[in-house]
Amino acid sequence: MAGERPTCLQLTGIGKRFPGVVALAGVDFDLRQGEIHALLGENGAGKSTLIKVMTGVYTADDGTVDLNGKQYAFKTPQEAVNAGISTVYQEVNLLPNLSIAENICLGREAKGAFGIKWNDVRARAVKALARLDLKLDVKAPLSSLSIALQQMVAIARALDVSAKVLVLDEPTSSLDAHEVEQLFATMRKLREEGLGIIFVTHFLDQVYAVSDRITILRNGQKIGVWNASELPRLELVSQMIGRDAAVLESQGTASLTTETSTPFLTFEGVGRKGAIEGVQLNIGPGQVMGFAGLLGSGRSETVRLIFGADTKDSGNFLLDGRTIQRFNQRKAILSGIGLCPEDRKKEGVFPELSIRENILVVYQAKRGWLRKLSLPKQKQMAGALAKDLGVHPPDIERPIQFLSGGNQQKALLARWMAVEPRLLLLDEPTRGIDVGAKFEIMSLVSKQREEGRSFVFVSSELTEVVRTCQSVLVMRDRKAIKTLTGKEITEDSIIHAIAEDSK
Amino acid sequence: MSRANLQAKLPVMITAVVFLALYLGAGLHFDNFLTLRVFFNQFSTNSFLGIVAVGMTFVILTGGIDLSVGSMIGCTSIMAASLMKFHHVHPLVGLGIPLLFGILIGYTQGVLVAKFSLPPFLVTLAGLFFCRGVALFISQETLNIEDEFFKKSLSEVSFHITDKATVSVPSIIFILVVAVGMFVSLRTPFGRNVFAIGGNRQSAELMGLPVRKTLIGVYTLSGFLGALGGAVFTIFTSSGNATSATGLELDAIAAAVIGGTLLSGGYGSVFGTLLGVGILGVVQTAIAFDGNLNSWWTKIVIGALLMAFMLVQKGIERAATRKVTV
Repeated sequence: MAGERPTCLQLTGIGKRFPGVVALAGVDFDLRQGEIHALLGENGAGKSTLIKVMTGVYTADDGTVDLNGKQYAFKTPQEAVNAGISTVYQEVNLLPNLSIAENICLGREAKGAFGIKWNDVRARAVKALARLDLKLDVKAPLSSLSIALQQMVAIARALDVSAKVLVLDEPTSSLDAHEVEQLFATMRKLREEGLGIIFVTHFLDQVYAVSDRITILRNGQKIGVWNASELPRLELVSQMIGRDAAVLESQGTASLTTETSTPFLTFEGVGRKGAIEGVQLNIGPGQVMGFAGLLGSGRSETVRLIFGADTKDSGNFLLDGRTIQRFNQRKAILSGIGLCPEDRKKEGVFPELSIRENILVVYQAKRGWLRKLSLPKQKQMAGALAKDLGVHPPDIERPIQFLSGGNQQKALLARWMAVEPRLLLLDEPTRGIDVGAKFEIMSLVSKQREEGRSFVFVSSELTEVVRTCQSVLVMRDRKAIKTLTGKEITEDSIIHAIAEDSK
Repeated sequence: MSRANLQAKLPVMITAVVFLALYLGAGLHFDNFLTLRVFFNQFSTNSFLGIVAVGMTFVILTGGIDLSVGSMIGCTSIMAASLMKFHHVHPLVGLGIPLLFGILIGYTQGVLVAKFSLPPFLVTLAGLFFCRGVALFISQETLNIEDEFFKKSLSEVSFHITDKATVSVPSIIFILVVAVGMFVSLRTPFGRNVFAIGGNRQSAELMGLPVRKTLIGVYTLSGFLGALGGAVFTIFTSSGNATSATGLELDAIAAAVIGGTLLSGGYGSVFGTLLGVGILGVVQTAIAFDGNLNSWWTKIVIGALLMAFMLVQKGIERAATRKVTV
């Protein structure tokens, strides 16, 4: 993309401090018209803070924000929106109870003598959606749309206010591959129209798929800005986490040896209405089995069945070769199965409790609440586990909600390590966490596997699946369609399995 | 209408059907029930409940609650009566000062909820005690109002629709409040912001909507309508009593919920609340017509209805979420 395009947004020397933390120190950032600019960095690198400064959620302590040559100091998100900077957040921040039209126009409805002119509002919404090549019944409530379409409505809303800059803060984290493609097509179209787009994401493939330039932050500082075509992937990762590229290279693929003795867990044609149908699988000791498939293919549903969170309607479920009839979470835990759920915030952590309490809750439950672990013992045990897993900061008395996503995930892993499970189910363990933590979690899985522990590893990032798993169950439309093992496992083979002869 | 739209309107439609069924059922059972006189009397006897229920609907739509409105009626009615009886002020002033009091209390509650993020339940519980206390402080007796203007222009006025059917001043105020309430909720930015806050407060903030102002406005409105309910109550009974309308806030909540407003906020309508008040009114009137039944039967029926409506709403909600996940 041409370098001569004029700059539309210029941040200079941005600094932001919170009590005890310097979130940003002297960060420069520039965005040109008609470009997609990826903003990358680990969690805690300062991406979110920088985004919040330019969108008026925070006010910077130092530095200036210039938009088309005019200097601004936004105090509220509304001021930034009025100036022409619109944001679409990771979680769709719209109103499920209101109509699509209202979600697009709320706050700037056309008014006449008889109040809001609903016809105008609807016409405007239809027009805003047409710009994204979408045709929807704008009278329908937002909640009737899929997450992907809700995301599009959010973009339509952002564009409805003659935006010059569009900030997309991790817009793809809840979309499947096809939806991501649609979003990218929209982004490219808007780029052609001269819009400047800032794109924040954790998915490196996506960075290369659409971005023109890349800015990397680390520890609140700007590391540099590159043309996307001139920055090799490995170099990018090493810049993000500040480690040598060669070290990363050595974290090769998982060793391919698997001698399966009696499987720990077996599914024989297990089904549950509306969730999965006739799933076959075997998980042996010391095996990491990946579940691959698109969103809604039945991966998480299978995980829930294994953990006893849902019950099966049909088929056989065997543990250590014995058929299990009634199963629930408590029995699962007692038989040595653990689950790190996909929705970490809702189903994983107890946000207000300390790291220590979060780590020990399952251990204590398994031991029985009447045999309470003494406080010094708790501290010793939780402290050792937190240290083993590299939970940062190491102060285990802090409420877990103040940790970054990656560290929360590590604390959740520590929770299960405390009870030494035989099989640990990891549902999207690397979603929304930084590259460094991803590597740590994957190498932890590899290490634990060698000690005979089994894992189920569900991930949308095929690179991780290929790297970590000895066998991969490919799912599509609620059915297990193929099991790949050993050398068969490549990104290509998985993609082919997902795609092949689907109608 | 698409399926999704239908689903959103279903609770109100069910309420409407139940209302009509009850009304016609009572009409078939009792002679003289289906007359215009009984119909318009409903508006009079339920005017103050209806007025505060409209305010309550706005509050509940934001996901809040206002427990102070029953006490507000007691407080403003005794205040108005005492101003007229002991201080001999003009009735319009006597009714106006309590209205300002209601606005002030409502505004204060709104600030506490919006700016200090205090839970509405506790803030308005404090308001409930405060208002009832002020009411009893003013007078513990029933004060009858003898003012000539008050009688001639307000309490004894009625407009004849037919020979027997009349419309009173309280009914007119009630109908006006419902009409304005519907307009505000459906066609003004303030009204839509109320729905937005109930849908998701954080999103509403990120969308740049004036969340705090709207919340303060909603509680101020409810305080004002509570005081207006008090004024109407005073007109309706031609007297003031500090202990009147005890627990009326709960009837108002019941009316809103039966009318399809979700306590969690974001879903509901002023029209639904009107139907909810109508259902409560019909049940009460029917039991009065019977003559043999005790008045607590009203409570029993309302309790059963409320439970049934909650189950229906839960069912609709489940059906809606199932559709989205599939």
